Amino acid sequence: MLKYIARRLLTVVPILLGLSVLLFVFIHVLPGDPAYAILGQRATAEQIALMHAYLGLDRPLLDQYVQYLGGILHGDLGASSVNNRPILQVFLQRFPATVELTAASLVFAAGAGIPLGRYSGRNAGTWRDALVTIVSLLGISIPIFVTGLSLQYVLAVDLGVLPASGRIDLRLNVPAVTNFMLIDTLLAGNLAAFVDAVRHLVLPAVSLGSIHMAVIARITRASYIEVANEDYVRTARAKGLTEKRVDDRHILRNAWLPVTTVIGLAVGGLLAGAVITETVFTWNGVGRYVVDAIKNHDYMVVQSSILIFALIFLVVNLIVDVVYAVLDPRIRYS
Amino acid sequence: MSVARVSGGLAQGPERRISRGLWRDAASRLVRTGPGVLGLVLIGLFVGTALLAPLIAPYSASTQDLATRLQLPSAAHLMGTDLLGRDEFSRVLYGAQISLIVGVSAVAMGLVIGGLIGAAAGALGGAVDAVLMRGVDVMLAIPGILLAIGIVTWLDRGLPQIMLAVGVSNAPIFARLLRGSLLPLRDADYVVAARSIGAPRGRLLLRHMVPNALTPLIVQATLALATSIIDVAGLGFLGLGPPDPSTAEWGTMLTDSTQFLRLAPYLIFFPGAAIVISAIGFNLLGDGLRESIDPRLKR
Repeated sequence: MLKYIARRLLTVVPILLGLSVLLFVFIHVLPGDPAYAILGQRATAEQIALMHAYLGLDRPLLDQYVQYLGGILHGDLGASSVNNRPILQVFLQRFPATVELTAASLVFAAGAGIPLGRYSGRNAGTWRDALVTIVSLLGISIPIFVTGLSLQYVLAVDLGVLPASGRIDLRLNVPAVTNFMLIDTLLAGNLAAFVDAVRHLVLPAVSLGSIHMAVIARITRASYIEVANEDYVRTARAKGLTEKRVDDRHILRNAWLPVTTVIGLAVGGLLAGAVITETVFTWNGVGRYVVDAIKNHDYMVVQSSILIFALIFLVVNLIVDVVYAVLDPRIRYS
Repeated sequence: MSVARVSGGLAQGPERRISRGLWRDAASRLVRTGPGVLGLVLIGLFVGTALLAPLIAPYSASTQDLATRLQLPSAAHLMGTDLLGRDEFSRVLYGAQISLIVGVSAVAMGLVIGGLIGAAAGALGGAVDAVLMRGVDVMLAIPGILLAIGIVTWLDRGLPQIMLAVGVSNAPIFARLLRGSLLPLRDADYVVAARSIGAPRGRLLLRHMVPNALTPLIVQATLALATSIIDVAGLGFLGLGPPDPSTAEWGTMLTDSTQFLRLAPYLIFFPGAAIVISAIGFNLLGDGLRESIDPRLKR
């Protein structure tokens, strides 16, 4: 198992190196000058030259790349060109908000998607199956921002049952310890604040998780039907086992594998989707950090945030692969 | 007499089972499925709206009339008016043009870029394959919408930039798919036969291998049209849409409407519904195509 993990870890290194080259090339070779983006199109040649010198863009490309890579390896992802704050520090400070949102979305996506898919698979070919198929088609086809805005209008603005934006009612004044709002409210022993934080989490989590809920339901359904048609399931039924036992012990255990993969892959998709969800719900996570950076033409923040997102994505994929190898030993030896 | 009847009966039987080719068989299966037909109808509606927008739209997409701003849907303005008094119905219709052009171009770019990489990797193999596929791994490490955000941020806003951004974010999947389909074909009997009679490498690839590896690519392209339309609108929603604010783009229209959620919720509903209907159309067609090409997938 360790050998397998080491082998998979080794494949991540060249990808990360390639990523650093790609992001570097984007900034330095493609058309579009960061100096112009920062200073605006009306900047004079002198101002542009000064900005180039400030950003180090006047030095040879290889020098710039080596310095950039050295910085990354030392955990220095540069500073914002708008307020000069270290990018990694701000990213880590805001990351818990995104993790909280992503985790809640995953709980919703898997918590609703798996039972829906299983129900659909058990009733394949009936109107119940068709209904779930329609729900999952809608889930896949409705963009996060449309779901988010619609939920925001109906449940927050019109009916007023849930808060429309933010992470907590600011009047509750919860001290930031971990930056995970749910944990901080519990640490403060403030149950009312905890409930308020959960209420703030519901709409963003459902909006962000809706697409993945639909994908998980589809995969669970397909996997359930495939396994339910296997010979060993027929044998189990022929032995006289109860339907529940066949379902739990023979179908679900084997149908679980592809679902695990999809759930793992959903983490990456959810992190990317957070960029849009956080914009809709004014959620102060890293997604909004990227969007604000785009609006301020803060190239370094966009570039470094994408690198961190990609790193997280790779680590999550690695964990999924390892979990998959634990669940299915055939993978380790292939 | 009886012999003639028997032979006639026999002649009819096998004739029904004769294949008319992969695509014609798939098309006839597709038009017999409800979801596939519904997908075609929705796409027809979307494409028809885009093509006929100048004829159907009662107003121009950019004409402002501040006297009639934020009006509810009425006979004069079927979908109401926005903050600047522009007719929402006309803007939704013209928005279909932008989504169609940008969505189709983005997928076409993705197909060309990904197709070239996948074809070179799958046909040449060895070091070329290894290098190209590591490059694809790098691209796949960045979630699609983030890659598109990065590209538009760097190249600045504009429709061609959006097309390229969404196209490039689609390319790695096309490259992987084509390479995966080409690899087993390298040892297929008909390819070995063509190689043994001295067919040059380019001809082998273009005439014998690629046409037989296109099926999964076409299905993926149909599904990618749905995600591309959503991604284009997503970029618009994040403020990375067309630089001209008068351009009717569905995602940008949604962003503009968020300020008036309480006053004018219909401004979210109509562009939102337009995005969803077109995405459902391509998703249904993609699923239908996949099942018609390989009926074993249908359960």
